[in-house]
Amino acid sequence: MLLRHTTAKEIDRKALTINPAKTCQPVGAMYAALGLHGCLPHSHGSQGCCSYHRSALTRHFKEPVMASTSSFSEGSSVFGGSANLVSAIETIFSVYDPEVIAVHTTCLSETIGDDLTQIVSKANEDGKVPAGKKVIYCNTPSYVGTHVTGYANQVSSFVKFFSTATPKKRNVVNLVAGWMEPSDMREIKRIAKEMEARTIMFPDMSDVLDTPLTGHYDMYPKGGTTQADMIATGDSKFSIGIGPYTTEDACIKLENKCKVKFETVEIPIGLKATDKFIMSLSRHANVPVPDSLTEERGRLIDMIADNNKNFYDKRVALYGDPDTLIPLVEFLLTLDMKPVYIVTGTPGKHFDEAMTAMLKEKVPEAKFMSGERADMFRLHQWIKQEGVDMLIGNSYGKYIARDENIPFVRLGFPVMDRPGNNFFPYVGYTGATNLLIKILDAFLDHKDRTCPEEKVELVM
Amino acid sequence: MLWIRYVCVQLNRATVLWTNEKGDTTMIKEVNNSVSVDDLKKFKEEVLHKYPKKVAKKRDKAILLNDPETPPQIQANVRTVPGIITQRGCTYAGCKGVVLGPTRDIINITHGPIGCGFYSWLTRRNQTKPETETDENFMMYCFSTDMQDSNIVFGGEEKLKQAIREAYELFHPKAIAIFSTCPVGLIGDDVHRVARHMKEEIGDGINIFGFSCEGYRGVSQSAGHHIANNGLFKNLIGRDDEKRGDLKYRVNLLGEYNIGGDAFELERVFEKCGINLIATFSGNSTIQKFENAHTADLNMVMCHRSINYVAEMMETAFGIPWIKVQPIGADSTAKMLRKIGQYFGDQELIDKIEEVIADEMVAVTAAREKALKKTNGKKAMLFVGGSRAHHYQNLFEELGMTTLSAGYEFGHRDDYEGRVVIPTIQIDADSRNIEEITVTKDETRYNPRKTEEELKALEAEGMEFNGYEGLMPQMAKGTLVIDDLSHYEMEKLIELYKPDVFCAGIKEKFCVQKMGVPLKQLHSYDYGGPYAGFKGAINFYEDIEMIACTTIWKELKAPWESETYVEAQYAY
Ligand code: SF4
Ligand code: SF4
Repeated sequence: MLLRHTTAKEIDRKALTINPAKTCQPVGAMYAALGLHGCLPHSHGSQGCCSYHRSALTRHFKEPVMASTSSFSEGSSVFGGSANLVSAIETIFSVYDPEVIAVHTTCLSETIGDDLTQIVSKANEDGKVPAGKKVIYCNTPSYVGTHVTGYANQVSSFVKFFSTATPKKRNVVNLVAGWMEPSDMREIKRIAKEMEARTIMFPDMSDVLDTPLTGHYDMYPKGGTTQADMIATGDSKFSIGIGPYTTEDACIKLENKCKVKFETVEIPIGLKATDKFIMSLSRHANVPVPDSLTEERGRLIDMIADNNKNFYDKRVALYGDPDTLIPLVEFLLTLDMKPVYIVTGTPGKHFDEAMTAMLKEKVPEAKFMSGERADMFRLHQWIKQEGVDMLIGNSYGKYIARDENIPFVRLGFPVMDRPGNNFFPYVGYTGATNLLIKILDAFLDHKDRTCPEEKVELVM
Repeated sequence: MLWIRYVCVQLNRATVLWTNEKGDTTMIKEVNNSVSVDDLKKFKEEVLHKYPKKVAKKRDKAILLNDPETPPQIQANVRTVPGIITQRGCTYAGCKGVVLGPTRDIINITHGPIGCGFYSWLTRRNQTKPETETDENFMMYCFSTDMQDSNIVFGGEEKLKQAIREAYELFHPKAIAIFSTCPVGLIGDDVHRVARHMKEEIGDGINIFGFSCEGYRGVSQSAGHHIANNGLFKNLIGRDDEKRGDLKYRVNLLGEYNIGGDAFELERVFEKCGINLIATFSGNSTIQKFENAHTADLNMVMCHRSINYVAEMMETAFGIPWIKVQPIGADSTAKMLRKIGQYFGDQELIDKIEEVIADEMVAVTAAREKALKKTNGKKAMLFVGGSRAHHYQNLFEELGMTTLSAGYEFGHRDDYEGRVVIPTIQIDADSRNIEEITVTKDETRYNPRKTEEELKALEAEGMEFNGYEGLMPQMAKGTLVIDDLSHYEMEKLIELYKPDVFCAGIKEKFCVQKMGVPLKQLHSYDYGGPYAGFKGAINFYEDIEMIACTTIWKELKAPWESETYVEAQYAY
């Protein structure tokens, strides 16, 4: 057994986190910053955090992830990191020449209390920021919230630094993209195009973290929301925040700053969340839903109906981020599956309320938890108490899946041991069929491997 | 038949010569290395030109043309300039991730916010193999105090204590180690005090100790190695005097971390030779092995950078001499074994070792000959770690490949120029941060394994004790040595010299490959390996042969990108 010390017996833990279902703010900020065209994320702290965050993102996307660091020393830790950041800004612009530097803090610079507003304005005053270039920033202390919070803070900073209202509103809907894969963002843009809606997506990691291999390396790939588009978001008539945890704050800021009304929807994972997203876009962009999408929806329904015997009543354990888990649980319920255990390290009332609302009647035995110590050790203990038929989450679940011999579907961040998450979307109706195929493959492969020989069948 | 290989690398040309013990020579390979000194000079000029003045001045000292005879002085182990995209990580990563990470029966609690612990959770490929189904193994677990803002404001010591209580209640481990992350030092949490307190509170023979390895303390992982070495010596080494197993040929292997199963292969080789491996620091290790390590009679240092301090301390305290070894590459593995034979001076062992080498070399030679056909004459660059950029040059030499350029991510001057320069290395503020512990002769257990005369005699025979000559003497004249390579410099190197393979880590991997050059990860081995020892050498030959034979790199251009477009014409 790999996790041989995990037993069913829970104790009332008050301080120790074991096998976290979350990580820290800056990695989210770094990811989101890559969704702005020509942007170099900058980690203001010791170089270790930056190295860890770049590695985590690289292992997941299998793509170059560039970011610079203030490389704090003990001296900067005592006297503040202002000098480091100012000289970093100068070096970055002369060597790496980005359009924008997006600075985020780390635990270290936050604990010291570095004032980014002051430091960046000093860099500007000292002429370290070339004409036409920009330095933006956000605060991402990891002892508050999680990687999800960091993503949200970076997206909000885009609004703060770019979105501008002119007297003229445009017939455009902002799609504020929550933490999804580049493939998901590409798919959402395809749906919007199919509907002939005029949209601006931000951030947008497609064509940034799924670039072709050409023999030529572009530090700033062609993708990412452009500054011009980002500025224009202030003139859009409406914003749809896709994933409340990661986008609601940006939507509120945009409303306050530029009077752009908004609504948040869940990330369109599964049938109902996609329905809701499409209706929201249809209503706010004032475009009809084309038959092509209705047909895609029909194909998804067809597939669910055809395979329902493999889904019905199956007990599932899940862990990950609330913006993914909420629509995912909803989708599993659509499939008549039973999400019985759900944990997320990211705190927040919305998750608890959504779970209660969805599960109270349909799966009264379900256990869920969010925030501190809502970790994978706890989830595993629950599984030890009463088993499940499937596990869904990031790569760290493979140890539980192997020990308990349960089919395992990789979804979330980080997935470091299987490629392809930046290729095949999970959002939209087509994405939902991709996800169904993964779920079915996991079940059926497991059955083929583990059932008695006389039960192995060709047609399933 | 035993084949020995000689490599003479001159400027622009490397000659590989194979000789068997009868003196027959075969397979003379000439490697034309098309890069000239002028080219390499051009590189330096181009790169420095781009940096702001102060930065250029600093980088100037870290980019050198090599001279193996009289290694030039390189700037190493100094702060990376803020804003530079570096390969380096932090002190915590070196301490928790590298040195202590591979030991399976310690509960390692990261005291800090969640991130640091999360990223060091299973991301280094330290394999471990408990002897039984029930042996303790916490490698798959991540333990963290997950500090929140209230802990930052009011201090985190109480939370840490409670976390230790809970870890003990759940798992009853023999030992718990605490690792400090950046905020811990700043808010004044004293992890050592907490360790002492909890050791007393829990009792039961538990060993609890802390590390002040806050990320900002050093310029790279290297400071963390040093801090970890100190902790190993203070808290573990020497606690168990019982001599287990065979009393002859007792050795320790230091600076081996069982990436991809390297330690398993080396364990196999030692066992085959009848050499009694007491402890490996720290691949596939347990606490008891550390506690018992001082009962060995020879320390072998593999990764000099990360563990030389332990070797030094054990020499001072217990009288165990150390030698530098490089069991990366079949020839240098054989060399290591012969050194052990020579050290113990026992004919039975020497014969056994020769028998093992001859036996292992059969498969090695076959694999090498097969790979050579594809790899001979190709060019490599290595930028990684604090020893691998040196050791892996052995393997490339065995493959008939030239190293054009190399450097460390966190090496010191002695790793480049040799330990002779240590007295001349300037101590700066960053090095002063690391606690220096004073080690003296252990009153009861100091026992010089060899007398002065015996050591002298062995030295006269060519053995070198407590020494390491560094990377530069092995690299050809005029090759380019670069410390703490930046992203920009890496791009330029590839643009200008298009190596056939570039060796670095995960952060560099995909960027280099986008440029059409295959990158071999030498931290994670691209999830292959082992690469150490004899079987490891075979794996490496195969993997580099695979890289040399991978055809997809030829398909980067779509047909319509290289042909002129001809509109189809139809006749009706
Ligand atoms: S630099 Fe500090 S905060 Fe960052 S990973 Fe290292 S210990 Fe953690
Ligand atoms: S110090 Fe903070 S920001 Fe850095 S890795 Fe640790 S938790 Fe993340």
